[in-house]
Amino acid sequence: MSQDGCLVKILVNGEPQEVGLNVSVDGLLVSLGYGGKAVAVAVNRDFVPRSSYPQTRIQEGDEIEILAPMQGG
Amino acid sequence: MSQSELGKKELERYSRHLLIPEVGRGGQLSLKDGKVLLIGAGGLGSPAAVYLASAGVGPLGIVDFDRVEASNLHRQILHFDGDVGKKKTESARETLTQLNPHVQVITHDTRLHKENALSILGDYDVIIDGTDNFPTRYLVNDACVLLGKPNVYGSIFRFDGQASVFDPRGDGPCYRCLYPEPPPPGVVPSCAEGGVLGVLPGIIGVIQATEAIKIILGKGDTLTGRLLLYNALEMSFHELKLRKDPHCPLCGTNPTVTELIDYEGFCRIGESEEPAEAVASLTVVELKEKMEGERSFVLLDVRESHETEICQLTGSVLIPLGQLANRMDEVPRATPVIAYCKKGIRGEKAVRLLNEAGFTATNLEGGIIAWAEQIDPEMARY
Ligand SMILES: [Zn+2]
Repeated sequence: MSQDGCLVKILVNGEPQEVGLNVSVDGLLVSLGYGGKAVAVAVNRDFVPRSSYPQTRIQEGDEIEILAPMQGG
Repeated sequence: MSQSELGKKELERYSRHLLIPEVGRGGQLSLKDGKVLLIGAGGLGSPAAVYLASAGVGPLGIVDFDRVEASNLHRQILHFDGDVGKKKTESARETLTQLNPHVQVITHDTRLHKENALSILGDYDVIIDGTDNFPTRYLVNDACVLLGKPNVYGSIFRFDGQASVFDPRGDGPCYRCLYPEPPPPGVVPSCAEGGVLGVLPGIIGVIQATEAIKIILGKGDTLTGRLLLYNALEMSFHELKLRKDPHCPLCGTNPTVTELIDYEGFCRIGESEEPAEAVASLTVVELKEKMEGERSFVLLDVRESHETEICQLTGSVLIPLGQLANRMDEVPRATPVIAYCKKGIRGEKAVRLLNEAGFTATNLEGGIIAWAEQIDPEMARY
């Protein structure tokens, strides 16, 4: 997954996970099974706009939140 | 009484507001002139409307086309037991007028759609999104951005709630910056499908009312650029920073959405996930006849077990749809199967699975709700 095979530890919705070093948000979503899903992603409490997914890289210790839309009212 | 004055009764009623320096007489007059539109008089719209009307915010507009149902009453506090069957807009008007006769309530007894949204929303200063479906959420978002009006967003599910303010006046992000496109139909359950804790919309709806009041007063920091998340089980609030997406199709630098679109189509409403052949089905009247004769079939309930606690057909075998593929061996092979769910959608999927596995299965059209409506009026609906 990463160029050098090195893994970094991150939290995804509070759960520890390991992903490839420097993986993009796009790549992260695919590796976690969210590829193509209508979710929003926050890295360290900051939502990443969809157009910035490819250039946003995941770093060691990042706290990721993946949020599905909610329609109820 | 003109809009720019407060009468004696109003001075008394709002006196605790008048004592707050950030509100005062000037602020209360702004609230009196503040035009707020509630999209939906349901879970979120109810508490928001009750507090806004009590606080003297008005004219207060309400858009809803629904009628009050018994299953609304555990959370939709605008509507009382005797209101079941009434138009929600009428029930809301009665409640709010009793609460505060000084506030003008304007009802829009219609479904909001692309043809009427701009003209309805155009008359108001602040929009509160308390709708219960994705097409209307995108419609409200787009209309607010196109009109340049603040959209006070809230949504709820089970124990979770979200709130934000999408405010194009300050170049804030919009709902599409967060979710550029909707999920496929059927993937994200509604409150009608998954349930909701009755008090939850009380929290989120009152947060929406608070933001509307702050916007009218021009005081404090609104939730613009922040998504507030609430969880009732953990009793926790936390917030995430929202950013405007420069590539947002609506509010970005080169927008591609420049007028309202077909939101049902955008959300693919009415499209089935996998277009498939129709399956064999029978009506509730036909099922009743069969049940009165000799029982030569298996009645398979494919809903979730908690749904059976509200109502179930006698003599049913319960295997939730999600478990059916792994529990086929529990279904007798020798007899035909009649499958049912709440409204017929899951039943159809079950019939498809069963027929592929060599069973002879039929789906109950309209599910157990059709049975309750047409055959057994004593049966509880949900
Ligand atoms: Zn946007």
